Amino acid sequence: MSGFSPRNQQLARALDDVLGKRIEELGEYRGQLTARVSAEHWLDAAWQLRDHPELDFAQLTDLCGVDFLGFGDAEWETAAATSSGYSRGVDGLGPGRFAWHERPEAADIPNRFLVVVHLLSLSTNRRLRLHCFAPDDELPVVPSLVEVYNSVNWFEREAFDLFGIVFEGHPDLRRILTDYGFIGHPFRKDFPLIGNVTVRYDEDKKRVVYEPVEIEPRVLVPRVIRADNRYVDQRLQGAEGREHG
Amino acid sequence: MAEIRNFTMNFGPQHPAAHGVLRLILEMDGEVVQRADPHVGLLHRATEKLAESKPYNQSIGYMDRLDYVSMMCNEHAYVRAIEVLMGIEPPERALWIRTLYDEVTRVMNHLMWLGSNALDLGAMTVFLYAFRERENLFDAYEAVSGARMHATYYRPGGVYRDLPDEMPKVAESPWRKGVDLNRMNEWREGSLLDFLDAFAADFFDRVDDYETLLTDNRIWKQRTVGIGAVSPERALQLGFTGPMLRGSGVEWDLRKKQPYAKYTEVDFDIPVGVNGDCYDRYLVRIEEMRQSARIMQQAITWLRNNPGPVMLKNYKVIPPTREEMKDDMEALIHHFKLFTEGYCVPEGETYQAVEAPKGEFGCYMVSDGANKPFRVHLRAPGFAHLSAMNEMAVGHMLADVAALIATQDIVFGEIDR
Repeated sequence: MSGFSPRNQQLARALDDVLGKRIEELGEYRGQLTARVSAEHWLDAAWQLRDHPELDFAQLTDLCGVDFLGFGDAEWETAAATSSGYSRGVDGLGPGRFAWHERPEAADIPNRFLVVVHLLSLSTNRRLRLHCFAPDDELPVVPSLVEVYNSVNWFEREAFDLFGIVFEGHPDLRRILTDYGFIGHPFRKDFPLIGNVTVRYDEDKKRVVYEPVEIEPRVLVPRVIRADNRYVDQRLQGAEGREHG
Repeated sequence: MAEIRNFTMNFGPQHPAAHGVLRLILEMDGEVVQRADPHVGLLHRATEKLAESKPYNQSIGYMDRLDYVSMMCNEHAYVRAIEVLMGIEPPERALWIRTLYDEVTRVMNHLMWLGSNALDLGAMTVFLYAFRERENLFDAYEAVSGARMHATYYRPGGVYRDLPDEMPKVAESPWRKGVDLNRMNEWREGSLLDFLDAFAADFFDRVDDYETLLTDNRIWKQRTVGIGAVSPERALQLGFTGPMLRGSGVEWDLRKKQPYAKYTEVDFDIPVGVNGDCYDRYLVRIEEMRQSARIMQQAITWLRNNPGPVMLKNYKVIPPTREEMKDDMEALIHHFKLFTEGYCVPEGETYQAVEAPKGEFGCYMVSDGANKPFRVHLRAPGFAHLSAMNEMAVGHMLADVAALIATQDIVFGEIDR
């Protein structure tokens, strides 16, 4: 168990002993442990993490989805100048810079949807982050943890609502944050920031009406990724045993 | 014989006891709740998605508007996530100021909770008392940030500016004059720290006042004792944090267990409940206010004796001052780059949590190396608490639902995000 900070070594060893091959990858970044588990072993690993006396993660504090479409894409080429000068950084399809009809194609990227869980053990005072990639990008399905941790109920509903990740075995997988009858999953990277419909009260019809959104996307600051020498070493360290960040 | 069916009732979204925009579908058997289905999201503003489209610093202001009665604690979690990813540590004085203002915020939040909770259950007087004290703390917010509520005071690398040497005084007006004006300005003669010190010293008596109104009040006890009792095991299972968890008897406080800022260096106690009902949670929060005043006093003592920088001197993250910009080209360039583009945060992910007044407020941040976060997720304590509403409400009377919403200390800014 080398490569882990002293504080995390014991936990890393315990995780390896108990879960063994069920953990695909175990990494540490900035003092926090992240274990990647496949969807197949997701539920099984959660039971172990909760009930095994050495791990004893009694509480699930948080669950959320991540959409990796466009990860690492910059909108401003700053490394080299062309014959016409530097690019202006005005074009791009980063978050907030496109409308519904010009949304980016969901390119075929592997492991697009990730479910992130944060566990807390009160007895050992440790936190653990779990990663689980949904195997299918078209219909991301991950087993639900509601049986193991009751607190995850609404968090899974939220991830379903915002990312369209389906939690198999969830007793009540309804939308939670968006409007009744909402279409689409708004936190996906190919969903425009300005949305697609707007709501107002119609004086003539005496009811609320839905209309296509009229505002223009207007994000002025481009996404820029600087090759910063100060972080090169850090990134190499952090990149050890991890695919995304 | 006529068929007797359960009655489905709509509670909210506009209801004074709903603490915002909660729509609660209640299935009633007479006066008894059979099922409670909260519908949230009426205040959803997609803060997390908005943050993805902006440079890091521009989203700090959004954090204030999440849990809009404990503003700076939300900023704290977000700012700490950035600091951890960048590997920067603010100067010591900034950490002490954050400790002080986290506790100011906690008192503000608990006063708001106390006043509105009592009002929900029919006690008007406490509300007026609590808001009188809360007004002073708004002045303390205004003195450091210029804003009474949405401060945007914490920044990656420290706090925006040092505490002012002079506390602004209340101006004379047709409504504030003579003896009243003098009384209001009595604490405001010196610096901000003098003002907060006077407030903290006086506050213990004020908390006693609230207690004389409520703690042994027969009606108050009838409305809270034994209502919404949650066992420690269930509290953990349901993801409770903060006073909700401590009310059930679990001694867990991030300020003690996973300390941040300067909480290792201050002396304070963690109150815990026994029965896990509304009354115990009330007692926990009352005691937390006293402990917060204690922490404030210790932070004030340290801050008085130790002047120093409150912001890192790192132009790659923190913009230079106006004066420096006037005669230094480098400073001008840095200022321009920081305000047009922002700073890039190295690729990585982190989860940073603080003990907000309502419980664990966490910020999960994923960066791909750009000047904007790739993903920000905010873990709101109230979200987990409200999801347990069904379990807590079943079997209780309709009137107790108001007590349950109040005891959970619900704020929709953070639940709906």
